[in-house]
Amino acid sequence: MITSGMSIVIRGATVVNPDAMFVADVRIVKGVIEAVGDALTGDIVLDAAGCYVSSGFVDLHTHLREPGKEEAETIESGSRAAVLGGFTAVVAMPNTDPAQDNVATVQFVRERGRVVGLCEVIPSGCITIGRLGTQLVPFEQLAEQGVTLFTDDGTGVQDALVMQRALMVAKRLNLTISQHCEVASMTVGAVMHDGACCSTMGVPGWPSAAEEEMVRRDIQLVRMTGAREHFMHLSTKGSVELIRAAKAEGLPVTAEVTPHHISLTDELLTGFDPIFKVNPPLRTMADITALHEGLVDGTIDAIATDHAPHAGHTKEQTLDTAPPGMLGLETALGVVNTAIALAPQKIAALMSWNPAVIANISDHQGRPIAVGEPAHIAIWDTTTVWSVSRDELASRSTNTPYHGMELRGRVRHTIYNGQLVVQEGKALA
Amino acid sequence: MKHLLSTRDLSTEEIVSILAMTDHMAEINSRAVPKVPALRGRTVASVFFEDSTRTRLSFETAATRLSSEVMTFTASSSSVNKGESLRDTIETLSAMGVDAFVVRHKSSGAPQQIRQWTDAAVINAGDGWHQHPTQALLDAYTITRNFNELNSMNGRTVAIVGDIKHSRVARSDIDVFTRLGAKVVLVAPAAFLPSSLDGWGVSTADSLDDVIGVVDVVYMLRIQRERMDAAQMPSLREYSSLFALTPERAARMQIHALLLHPGPINRGVEMIVDPSLVPGSRILQQVTNGISVRMAVLFSLLGGDATTTLQNGAEA
Repeated sequence: MITSGMSIVIRGATVVNPDAMFVADVRIVKGVIEAVGDALTGDIVLDAAGCYVSSGFVDLHTHLREPGKEEAETIESGSRAAVLGGFTAVVAMPNTDPAQDNVATVQFVRERGRVVGLCEVIPSGCITIGRLGTQLVPFEQLAEQGVTLFTDDGTGVQDALVMQRALMVAKRLNLTISQHCEVASMTVGAVMHDGACCSTMGVPGWPSAAEEEMVRRDIQLVRMTGAREHFMHLSTKGSVELIRAAKAEGLPVTAEVTPHHISLTDELLTGFDPIFKVNPPLRTMADITALHEGLVDGTIDAIATDHAPHAGHTKEQTLDTAPPGMLGLETALGVVNTAIALAPQKIAALMSWNPAVIANISDHQGRPIAVGEPAHIAIWDTTTVWSVSRDELASRSTNTPYHGMELRGRVRHTIYNGQLVVQEGKALA
Repeated sequence: MKHLLSTRDLSTEEIVSILAMTDHMAEINSRAVPKVPALRGRTVASVFFEDSTRTRLSFETAATRLSSEVMTFTASSSSVNKGESLRDTIETLSAMGVDAFVVRHKSSGAPQQIRQWTDAAVINAGDGWHQHPTQALLDAYTITRNFNELNSMNGRTVAIVGDIKHSRVARSDIDVFTRLGAKVVLVAPAAFLPSSLDGWGVSTADSLDDVIGVVDVVYMLRIQRERMDAAQMPSLREYSSLFALTPERAARMQIHALLLHPGPINRGVEMIVDPSLVPGSRILQQVTNGISVRMAVLFSLLGGDATTTLQNGAEA
């Protein structure tokens, strides 16, 4: 039995901090890093030779489905999936039922996350009531509840004036507006990337331009308002170019990419398997190459999973009727590390340090491994080869596109708030 | 060959061999009693999640002429309306003992998914905008037999006219015609073409007048009025003025050229000419050939030792 008073020592790992990497033992006592040094002893000793130790990962984009779709995921099952993936904080997307456009729902999500206690569950807020794109939510009330990131994810805010007003409010309250970029009129009934595969398969296409047009518009709105905007799940080469140019101009924009958009292409859909249906859709190798370049050169700030559980029967429909979305939390590190060669500090920056800043939680998440810092920690490697099995995931749903695939790199232990929640790849609670 | 989901699943040799078997079936159909016991004891389920009376009757007639039992399922009168999932519907029908499912569905790819949930053969009778393989086979049969070239369409040019983007017939025909050696030119406004024609091996024209006088086959697609919204075409009149087959355009067809249409014809929309007045029209022949082609497909999938049973049937 592990109790909260026990000290935990992480032995033999390489500490990954923004300013340095070095081999050291790390001791955690009462939720705080108490010592970093050689040959430390403690009540629990975690073997971490060959591993990296960094601040726990922060996911800017998690669908926990509670309240409303508990058959697909709950805050508890999603939290467990998160810590197995090394995440100690997840931003819960607001497209729940009821939507997170009001104080009560936001309080429920945060409180439920706290009771589960596996990781920090940070409710995001909707930008508009019911995510309908017309009336702004009570930003100040939600901000008082600690909501710092607002999005209508699942849809983009179509009306430019509504979006401009949201950015103006966010600027005044120092909040982050996070946009799902999709011009809805261009994607009616869309099933997959509008390209060669889609044309042959005879399904409605989701053109790259539908994303890029909203990225372009929102960059203009950022230029006008001076507010920060975060661009979710970039999927196209053109979007990367637009964000790169906006950053060169000095605009306060940030961007994320999902593990699946940097690893999978639209060709996987030629068998009509809805497991590969996701929004925005899987695109082409040219887009993947551009996204990789964006990660390397800093155009893209964060990896975010867009973990989107769906109950099994909903994916046993035709491709056009099945809901879009795929699991991501438990496979994120392995997929990223398998898809693109990144240095450990770059991985930690993309998965922990930068998203903590974007989510406005960098006062306690995404911190360096140093004495006195809160103990939200991931211990991971980039070498373990493992095979994904949808039947062995902690999520309530099984809609991973990586079933049966081999990934390289795995989370070994996770510590949240000084508690060992994952040991040797197994959830402890 | 276990299933027929897409023309792309067929090798060119298999296409040629189905066309050859269709000749046998056509001979059976020309008899006074057009029926053979080739599939006696087999059960073919026609499962139509989307209405299509003519395709369903064509398949059921084909199955009956091979002495198969026929089970009919239509979505409008079924548990689908009670919210039963596609998987549950197929597993339930499978449990009744089905050798082949003939599936029509409004969603592209539905037959590919259905295959996972049954051991029976699955024949695609049209899925969404994706494929309608037996239509392509009957079209290829009609064209090759009219031109007396049994195994190829070499040197022939086919104009496919209309809404290519939303047409399973076009996707199937293009694949089969090009693989049999034909040149295919798509005649359509930009909104009726898919975003990419990579790998299709076709050319395009944006007016029927540009090609009508030089092609060997004019293949008119059915235009669905509901597609004529603002996002697709400015107006039906504009469409008809550029792409409909008028008496004037029909008169410019080459003397040997054929006119085909998958039916049902939308008179006054894509067909302003009366097809019975076009000498090259083979539209009703397509319907007749459809039964022979579907017999050949059913027999190829379910026939076991093909030639023996067929010959026994011929003697019966």
